[in-house]
This record gives sequence, C-alpha cells and structure tokens, in this order.
Amino acid sequence: MSNEREPLPHYQEPLLQTPFHDRARALSQLDSFIPWSGYTTVDVFTTVEQEYFAIRNAATLYDLTPMVKYRVAGPGAQRYLNRLVTRDVAKLKVNRVSYCVWCDDSGHVIDDGTLFRLGEDEYRLCTAERQIDWLLDSASGFDVAVTEVTEQIAALALQGPTSCAVLKQLGLAGVERLKPFELRGFEAGGLRVTVSRTGFTGDLGYELWVAPEDAILLWDTLMTRGKSRGIRPIGSRALNLARIEAGFLAPNVDFVSAERTLRVGSSRSPLELGLGWLVDFEKGHFTGRRALLEERRRGPRRQLVGLDIDGNKPAVNALLYAERSARNEIGSVSSAMWSPTCKRNIALAMVDVPHITPGSSLWADVYLNRELVWERRMCRARVVERPFFAPDRRRATPPADV
Amino acid sequence: MSGAKLDAIVVGAGHNGLVAACYLARAGLKVLVLERNDYVGGAAVSRQLYENFTYSNCSYVCSLLRPEIMRALELPKHGLQIIPYDGGCTMMSDGGHLAIYDNHDALRREISRHSQRDAEAYDRYSRDVMRQCKFIKPLLLREPPDPASFRPRDIRSLLDLGFRLNRLGSERIYDTLRFWTMSAADFLDEYFESEIVKAHFAGSSIIGTALGPRSPGTAYVLLHHYMGEIDDTVGAWGFARGGMGAVSASLAASLRASGGTIRTDAGIDRILVHGGRAVGVVLHDGEEIRAPLVLSSMDVKRTFLESIEAKELPGEFVQQVRNFKIRGSSGKLNIALDGLPVFPAIPAGAPCSRGDMHVTDTIEMMERAYDDWKDGTWSRAPYIDMLIPSQIDPTMAPDGKHYMSVFVQYCPYELASGPWDAQQRKAFGDTVIDTIANHSPNFKSLILHAEVRTPWDIEREVGLTEGNIFQGELTMDQLLFNRPIPGYAQYRTPLDGLYLCGSSTHPGGGVMGAPGANAARAVLRDLGRAVTQ
Amino acid sequence: MSAVRPSAAAGYDCVVIGGGHNGLVCAAYLARAGRSVLVLEAAAQVGGAAVTHEFAPGYRVSACAHLLHQMSAQLIDELALAKHGLRFAATQMPTVALSGDGASLTLGATGLSGPARLSAHDLDAYPRFVERLARFARLLGPVLEQVPPELGTSAWSDRFALLGLGWRVRRLGRRDMRELLRIGAMNVYDLLNEQFESPLLKGALGLDAVLGTNFGPRSPGTVLTLLYRLAAQTGAGERSTAQPLGGMGAVCDSLARAAVAAGVTIRTAAPVSRVLVANDAACGVLLESGERIDARTVVSNADPKTTLLKLLGAEHLDTGFVRRVSHLRSNGLAAKLHLALDAAPRFSGLDAAAPGGRLLVAPSLDYIERAFNHSKYGEYSDAPAIEVTVPTFHDPGLAPAGGHVISAVVQYAPYALRAGWDVERERMADRVVDVLEQYSPGLRGMIRTRELLTPLDFERQFRITGGHWHHAELAFDQFFMLRPVPGAAQYGTLLPGLYLCGAGSHPGGGVMGTAGRNAARRILAKAA
Repeated sequence: MSNEREPLPHYQEPLLQTPFHDRARALSQLDSFIPWSGYTTVDVFTTVEQEYFAIRNAATLYDLTPMVKYRVAGPGAQRYLNRLVTRDVAKLKVNRVSYCVWCDDSGHVIDDGTLFRLGEDEYRLCTAERQIDWLLDSASGFDVAVTEVTEQIAALALQGPTSCAVLKQLGLAGVERLKPFELRGFEAGGLRVTVSRTGFTGDLGYELWVAPEDAILLWDTLMTRGKSRGIRPIGSRALNLARIEAGFLAPNVDFVSAERTLRVGSSRSPLELGLGWLVDFEKGHFTGRRALLEERRRGPRRQLVGLDIDGNKPAVNALLYAERSARNEIGSVSSAMWSPTCKRNIALAMVDVPHITPGSSLWADVYLNRELVWERRMCRARVVERPFFAPDRRRATPPADV
Repeated sequence: MSGAKLDAIVVGAGHNGLVAACYLARAGLKVLVLERNDYVGGAAVSRQLYENFTYSNCSYVCSLLRPEIMRALELPKHGLQIIPYDGGCTMMSDGGHLAIYDNHDALRREISRHSQRDAEAYDRYSRDVMRQCKFIKPLLLREPPDPASFRPRDIRSLLDLGFRLNRLGSERIYDTLRFWTMSAADFLDEYFESEIVKAHFAGSSIIGTALGPRSPGTAYVLLHHYMGEIDDTVGAWGFARGGMGAVSASLAASLRASGGTIRTDAGIDRILVHGGRAVGVVLHDGEEIRAPLVLSSMDVKRTFLESIEAKELPGEFVQQVRNFKIRGSSGKLNIALDGLPVFPAIPAGAPCSRGDMHVTDTIEMMERAYDDWKDGTWSRAPYIDMLIPSQIDPTMAPDGKHYMSVFVQYCPYELASGPWDAQQRKAFGDTVIDTIANHSPNFKSLILHAEVRTPWDIEREVGLTEGNIFQGELTMDQLLFNRPIPGYAQYRTPLDGLYLCGSSTHPGGGVMGAPGANAARAVLRDLGRAVTQ
Repeated sequence: MSAVRPSAAAGYDCVVIGGGHNGLVCAAYLARAGRSVLVLEAAAQVGGAAVTHEFAPGYRVSACAHLLHQMSAQLIDELALAKHGLRFAATQMPTVALSGDGASLTLGATGLSGPARLSAHDLDAYPRFVERLARFARLLGPVLEQVPPELGTSAWSDRFALLGLGWRVRRLGRRDMRELLRIGAMNVYDLLNEQFESPLLKGALGLDAVLGTNFGPRSPGTVLTLLYRLAAQTGAGERSTAQPLGGMGAVCDSLARAAVAAGVTIRTAAPVSRVLVANDAACGVLLESGERIDARTVVSNADPKTTLLKLLGAEHLDTGFVRRVSHLRSNGLAAKLHLALDAAPRFSGLDAAAPGGRLLVAPSLDYIERAFNHSKYGEYSDAPAIEVTVPTFHDPGLAPAGGHVISAVVQYAPYALRAGWDVERERMADRVVDVLEQYSPGLRGMIRTRELLTPLDFERQFRITGGHWHHAELAFDQFFMLRPVPGAAQYGTLLPGLYLCGAGSHPGGGVMGTAGRNAARRILAKAA
C-alpha cells in the first residue's frame, strides 16, 4: 500500500481507505467522498452524467473493495449455504457465480449478494452489509468455517461495452470466452487477477479481484491500457443510475435488512421483492422456508414493481395512489430516476398486490422544485417489466470487439 | 401565606414536584411548592460545596427527561441547555480498554478489537433494545391501568396494551416477554461473547438497583441507555450546562413564569387530614397552610409513614407501604481536582474520557460487588460510573481544574457492622478513590476536596428514604400497576385530595419528570379539566 | 444425510425417544388412544433419571429426585399405576427444618410445631400464608395441565385460553388478585421477610422456592417458582409428599407396565442417533446400531437441545430458532449425595420417628443465598443447602439388614465448575458430609460408602445436556408459553411430526408426568 500518510486511529478517523484510495483521490475533481461499509469511497469524480454515459458507452472502473466478503469453506460448506440462502447451491458449479438472497425465520430478506464457488468446498459470499453474527449463528451444527476477508481482497468493477476489450489489452488470454456468471484466474504482466463476469450495471462488465498489494498495479495498468477504450473511474452516484436501469435492488433503499428493522411490517420477503425466482422450495430446508411456503400459499400482499412514469421529473420518494384524486394510497417509490439511455422516467416501487396488473395505471404524487417554488403533480405511472434496460451485449459471448 | 386562596400545595421541590406544579400552574391553578432545604431541586441540584467548583452532587447526567415535558414547560426558554457527550469507556485490569463512540464505524472497529462478532452483534443488540424502547415509550406518560378494576378507562387501557402487544406478532411478543423478565447477564449472553463488552453494557442495568446483573428482571433496565435516542433528539443524552441544578432552575423559572410560588426552608411536619381528606400541611414551625389539593413528591414511605398519622389510613394500606421496597444501594463521590487525571489505559486523544468511565471489566466483578452489599457492606471492588463534566462544561470548575462525579454501586443504607460514622464514610470514600487510583497514577495527588455520600447521607440531606435514588426499587413487583401500591398506582391515594407525584409512582426514577406530569394530569382529570399530553 | 423414504407397511404410529417417566406417560396415553407406539430407551432399563440404582453392594437409592410430590393423583389413577405395582412406603411426609442446636421445626399443612421456639406472630401468620399460597396454587394448578397458548396468532383458541387465564385470576377477587400480581414477580426473600420472623422457618420455606432452580432466595421470580412447586403439588392430593416403595425406579417400572398393558412396545439399550426427515416431516428414527424405524410421529423425551440440535440437526431448522434453542439455559445446579450407612442415623433434636420426614438444612434465607453466591462463579459452597431423606426408614429393603441409606439433594453444585468436577467431586462430598455431621453427630463414622452425583454425572449418565433435572432452568423467560423456546412451546416443533414431551416442555418439573400427558393430548388433538 502506498498511502500518503499513516491513517489515524479509528476514533479520529473512523473510515478505512481502500488500496485504491490514493489513485481515486488524485482523480477526484470534486473531493466528494461518502462512507460505504466502513470505507470512504468516491461519490462523484467529475460529473454524474459523464460517468454514467461511460458505463453505457465505454468502460468504467468502480472501487468495489468495501463490498463485504466472506470466505465460506469446509466439508459442510455446501450444506451450510443451502440452509442459508434460498437458491439451490448444489447447482452452482465450481468457477460459477450466483446471485442470491437469504432470509430470517419469518422469510424476510436479510441481505442479497453474490456467491462465488471457488473450489469444491470453498465459496466466497459478497454482501452489502456486515453480518458475521448471522452467518456464524447459521453455522452452528455445520462443519464449516466462515471468515470475513474484506481487507484481504481488493476489487474493481470494470463495466461498459468496451470492458472486454480493455481486459484483452491487458493480455488476459481467453477472457472473451468468459460467460456471464463465470469466473477464472488470470496471470499477465506480473499481475494475478481473478475475473468474474458479474456486475451491478446490467451491461457488459467484469469484476476484478486481486490481493491488496497488487491493487495499484491493477488500477494503473487498466487506466493506461484502457485509455483508448475510453476508460474512466466512476463514483457511487453514476453506478446507482445504472443499477436502477438494470432493475437491481439496493439494500437500505429498496428494502431494509430484516436484521435491522425496528418497526413491525417493514421487512420484506423475496416474494414481495419480486425475487421469487430465487427461491427454490424443492431443494430441502432453508431458513425462512416454512414462512415463505405459507406466504406463497396466501400470496404476497405487496410487491416491488418497475414503473414508467409520465413526465421527466424523477418520482423520488413519491407516494402512489390508485386514482388521480389520491384517495387510496397503495404504495410508494423507493428508487426513481430519469433514464438517459431509455429516455423514460422510471422507478422501483412497492405496491399493494391488487393494483399490480401489467400496464395498469397508478398515480404518483411528484413534488417539483421550480426555483424553490414547490409544485405537486399527480403523474400517471404504468407497471412495466424489469429490467428497464437490458442490452444484448451483457450476455453475448464472446462480446463484440469494440 | 397571604393573597388569594391556594388551589394546590406540592410538597418537595424536586424535579417531579416542580414538573407537577408547572403543569397545574399552567392549567390555571394557584400552586405553592414547599421545599425543606434552602435550595430547590431535591436530587437534581448544582451545589458549590468547595470554592468555585459546582457539584451535580446527586444525579449527574441528563438522559431520561422527557422531551414532551421539556417542550410543554418551555424549559429551553427558561435556561435549560443539554450538552451531549460522546460515548464512554471501561478500563480493564490488564491495561486495555473498551470505548464507546457515537460514530458507528468507529464503534464497530473499537468493539472489533475485542471481538469481531460482538462488533456486529452490537447492531442486533441495539435493534432489540430499541424495539423494546419503542414499545415502552407510550406507557411512560400514561397512567398505568389497574388490572383489578372494572372501570371502562382501565379496561380500555388494558385492552389497548393487549392490542399493541398482539400487533407485534408472535416473535416480538415473546421477545418482549423475555426482555422484561430476564437478567441482564443472560440477555447479554445472547448477543456477546467478549467479557469486557458484556461488562460495559451490563453496567447500566444495575445503577440504583438492589439487584445484581444476574438477577432476573434486570435486562429491561438496559433500555434506559437507549431511551434518549429513541426520540431522535440530538442532545438527549448529556450534561445539563451548569450541572443538574440547571434542570431544577429551569423548572422553577417555568413555574414562576406561570404564576406558581416556591417556598424554601419550609419543611412540612405533617399533612393535614380532615374527614378522610387532605386539607393542607403543617410546617415544622407550626404554620398551617391549607389547600384543597396536596401533591406529595416525597417517596411513598415518607409521605404515609412519617407525614400522616396512621389512624387516618386503612391499616392494610399502611402495612403495604411498610412492605414497599426502597433499599438504597448507591453512593456518590464529588471530587474537586487540581487538574485532569491521566488514565493510561485510554489512548491520548480518544474522546471517551469525556464520557462515562468505568473500571469493572467483568460481570462477575459486578455480581461480587452486589454480594458485598447483600452482606451489609459497601463493595470492596465497586462498580463506578465516573464523569468529568468540566471537560465539556467549563462552568463547573475554575480554569484548569476539574469536577469529577463518581457514582458508586453498591453501598448499603445500613452497615452490618453498625451505623455509618465519619470513619466508615471515609473508609468507603477511600475504597472508591483507591479503585480509581488503580487506573490513574496522578489521581490522588490532584484531589482538592471530596464529598462522600452514602445512602444514609442522601436520606438525611435529600429526604429519600433509605437513600434510594429511585424512591423505591424498580423491580417487577413495584412497576406499572404495582407502583407504589397495588390499587393505588394511579397517583391517587386513600385520602381524597392527596396525590403522589414523585418517583415512587409509575414510571419511576431517574430525572424523567414523567411521574410529576402524570400526577398533574390525574389531578386535572379529577377536577374535570381538559387534559392534554 | 440422504433423504430416507418411510416404508408404508412397517413402522409405528408413534416412536417415543427416551423411556423416562414423561416418555412412558406419553406413550401410555398414545397407546390407550389406539396408536401403535414404540418406546426407545438408550439405557439398559427404563426410567431415565427416575431410576433406583445400586450405589454400593446391597444399597439402593433413587438416583435423582427421591420424593414423589408432584405426580397428579389423576394421572396415577388414569394409568392404574397401583394395579401395575406402584406402592408407597410413606405418604404425607412432614417437612422438618433442621437446626444446629437441635431446636428443629416441623412444617405441617396447617401449622408449625417445635421444638423450635416461634413467635406468636409467626404461629399466627403461617396458616394464613399457607392458605393464601394454596389459593394461588389451586388457581395455577390447571394451568400446568394445559397446552400453553400461542401468542400473537389470530387463533381464537389461543385468545380464549389467555382470556380464560385472565378470568381465573380475576375470580380470585380484587385483594387476592392484586396480591398475586404483586408477589408473582417478587423474590421469596422479601416476601418471607414481610411475613415471618423466624430465620429457620423462612429458610425452610425459601428452600422450596429455589430447589431445582438456578436462583437464590433473593432472585426475583422465586415466588413464582414456589407457587409453581405448590401448584404441581396440588395435583398430588391426599398423598402429598410421598416416597415410592422401591425408590423412584419403581414409579417408572409401574409406568412401563401400564404402557405395555396399553399396547406399547418398549425397547431398551436402543439409543437413537437421528430423527429422520422426509417430505418436510419427521418420518422415523435411526438407531445408533444403524437400524431404521419408521413412524408417522416422533416424540422425544430427550431434552430440547439434544432433540433439536443433535437428533434432528440445525439443517432442518431456521437460524433464529436454533439461536433460541442454543440460548436455552439448561445447566444443572443440584447434586445428589448418597450415603450407605452401617446403622440408623440420628439427627440432634429429632425423636426417633422424625427421620422419616423430609429434612432440610437451610437455617436461614441468608444461608441459602450465600450458598447460591458461589454457584454464580462456578464454585460450590462449603455450606450448601440440603434436602435429606432417609429412605430406608420407610423402606428397609433398600439396604442390607440393619443398614441405612441417606439420600440428599445438595444445592448449589454448578454444572460448569471452574475447577472441574473430576477434580473436585470428592472434596465437595467431604464438605457435604461435614455439614451433615453438624446435624447428625456421629454420621461420618457410620458411612460405609458414599457417592456424589454432580450435574456433569447426570449429563453423562442420563444424556441430559447440562445435567439439569428439569432439562431447562425454571425461570420466567423459560416458563409456560416460553418453554422451552417460543415456536416449540406447544409440544410440537417447527418440524411437523416431531414433538417434545420431556421436562424441557411446559410444565417442566420433577417426576410429574404432566409434560408427557399434555404432549400426548396435543398429538392426539392434532391428528383428530
């Protein structure tokens, strides 16, 4: 690590710096940093617009290091994970990645994340929040070791249509043959890097995993070799726009972890979050299964849906109504944006089930700030399919050489 | 007393008496508060007992005072200023320490030094305690329902409680039942593995109690620490600028602003009863003051066993008052320091020395401290809660000098070896000073003056029976509809016109003000006045 | 583990894991309702911890509980245990509080008798106190016989059960109701100090509140444990505190005969290694021998931790539930001292007939509390509280001619002893004998053999996790609908077809059998 100065103790400087911090700070024009999982990370480097369009048109680097990573290993690892998450982990092959959620006893989502199978009995679970407490309590009775390895692994998301081309520039032989949700180790130019074809943008993209001591080399190589492909670093704001277009959920935005909620009724099941496809009721027992079976029998009362809203003002935090007169409140928006790519005003919202029929109209209560004069506008919203944006290039193997 | 006729007399100018008086005065009643000391505040006082030092010589931090009361009585306007402080710490016998910081990431990294698992279990712990706070909060400013009554109001209130519970859903109902009945040690065991983490949090479960951390029914006391935070009110947990007397001073100012009167040096000899009705009081000097309403902020024993003749009360009631448990268990040292003591366990620059500091690093130590008290002696290795407010509030001590408040658990009201005397009191004080000096090499040399207060002293000076800081132990059998006496838990008493408004009543002690506010509302309801929250 | 499919043809309706008294009671009731039932007992004989064992050549003693004071007369009647050989060597045994100076005190159902000197106040207060507690106990008695309601459900049966309980409390009348709601949460130390003056009397009453619990008299909740004990005793009726002829093993022998008569098959030396699961339900058990037995219902008399975490396994349960089960407090605190004597022991101040009673060494509440203090720190006390019986006084057959047996429950002896039981067992036995010697001078010289069974021994011998006689601590947060843990408090577990019937379930208890009976009722109601 080549930090400019020794970090201060935690009570004076609570946030950690990632191994990419110095490079990020140097390129950050706005000095706009935000905390994420105990690290300080860039919110915006230059402008959100430039960074966003680079995701959709070129290649972008996003510092993923704060993503909480757990190593799950041991003879009982697969059985442990199968009891933890709602998907069938037995179907996950070595060198493959799976998106999963896990629930508490009531079938409410604790977190979502990606599960990497690194070997026969070795997995890596990447999550948004720290939760060793739940993971270890779940391990009781299983022959498995769960350890947090966040600080041992530096990670970058390389996302965008030219991302494969950038990797080829690095000399990662055969990287173009990597299929979605596949991972492989590469060695090139003295750099050992694990590449997974995963991401949070809904676009062509990869995630790169290296030892912290190789982090700067990886960054510098990518920035140098990727220059001709328009590579640039991005912050969390731009990424958030891409993830809404891709229809992905963000914890603490679109749902609150069931391990954190204080109020009754504020945690959400995977069925409510539209993640029913991640729940395998046939694979055997997992935590929350009985509750989810019961919920499936009754049918969920509300569900997360995608909305296409009239106008171009993002319906941030809008309440939703069944009719324009705003008599019956039927839900609320959790994420909203004007999609520059789709040219649509899109949102993710939790809506009472009786009001969800594809194409049906709801009304969103949107507040407009017109030079500090606030106006309220009832905007028509239609329930639409997610993802809002899903280009073919995200799945194409090999990706087009651009 | 000249002038117009009084509507109500409040006996005792402690914070609850003043709160009750304020509410009554604001409702238009002519109120007189009588205080036996020559200063107001009861146990919420700032006193200059040594040169230019200000001691918060009884209660010492402000965390529970209900924001509803502060708002209704306009206390900020009347001078109350709360200064929040950042965290606290427990120093360990091996030279290590555990600090608590406001910043979540700093706290996680700090606890991680002892156990990574505990650092993250802390979030679950906070969540569960906060959930209980959310449940209990609406009960604080309300009369507890009487389960033995058939009055519609009580039945409605009980049903409401039942519905509220039911709405929580099975899981949380069970969590709630367990939380209210478990011991703090067992409760903490369900979250944490590290002894120091458990010990630090367990501390708040024993303050002022006659129980140890392993006694069932102590877990719920843990929520006091979170009570302030639930309101999302910045500064809910902190020092009153100028010491705890500032709380009382602002209450007194608020009272005067609404037309109430306070007389100090006016201790009462007895409450006048005529035909089963309280009709006034007689002062020590024989002066009689009459009013149709008397509110006593004295504890239930002092009110009924010492201020009213037994013949005026039902015999069984008197017996029940005698049975009310009010054992004192806490002592206090107020120390004037010539400079800031050094605590080698705490890293230089860490803000935790500005919060509450402790030296009890295992629950076993705490429990053994309790065993000593049961045997009628002060703890040989006491649990102490020490703060140096002058670091944050410069009004408390002269420049460069500091005031230290040391709360001590446990210390008995009566010693097994005989009555407290000067020698015993000094020995108790030395135990505490030595305990601190073990963690601070320069501490003893800085001491300019130390005031040592045992429960016996607290009784004598403040009037709290047996020196119990909560005016009655906060055990399950003395909470809610059992506080202070089953059947008389709604601030009313066997005597018409006489009300209790002190911490002996629901929801109990701490500088919360809720008993006073609730009692005033009970009075107003009985008068047929409109009652607002 | 691969999923095993139950074969439809073979197998039983119900398999009961463990042939302790609750397992046998449950099996008998299930069989009487027409179920085919198999009881699997790991040991060579049935009885679990309710056995009579030979601890010295020719000397036999009840290994754990030595008095039958809680098994309801109704249960004994329904299962016709008398017909199946249950006899009592003694009934209505008095309680005698021993005093070092010989001035002991006998506590009767309605009054007190010396030689101890008592104040007029105590003599007057005692019958009223006993009567009031008896009223409360009668109110709580039926609660023990009831399947606890579930809270927070929308089921009216649960709501009615709660309202019913509320109504019963109200029917006590305002004064008693208020008193119950007050003392129900109190500690027995404060309650007894309110009522009485004599330390010896208070010590004796206080011991009943803490016997078998992990509490001292000053622990809040000990009035409830006292009421609980009294409530359980109300079922015993006329018989009151009794000593079964042949020791506690004879009770289980008669239960086994009653079960067999009802059609139950009992297999001993058949330890179970797993509960088998198929199609989201229990479908049988696997024996340690590898043999598989199919059943539609599996009932476990084993303690909750053993049943749920070892036999079933966390993988069939949710994490939050496993969390709760592992937090169940189940460490035992009571030890048992057995002395084989050459001659009849004499207790100072007691006439020759008195040793037939239940003798208590608990001279004051502070004495018990101090004994308890040590247990908090993983130590045993040098001055323990003791419940002594001389079973051979009523049942000479338990010892060779002229010989006698002392059976003593010793509190407190924590399971997790800091120094380790294998190191400390004999030293503690010495200390207990020293204490007994003070009340029975010359005792030491009569001892031929002795045996001290600690919670660790109970765990090893009877497969009870933590060696707690009640399988789980008796405490507010582990009582009634919280026992053993929410989600398994109605005898069912989260896994359909798997039930609990042991002391870890409501109402817990010593040799009571109510948990087994309630569980059978629940199973039969579910199937109906």
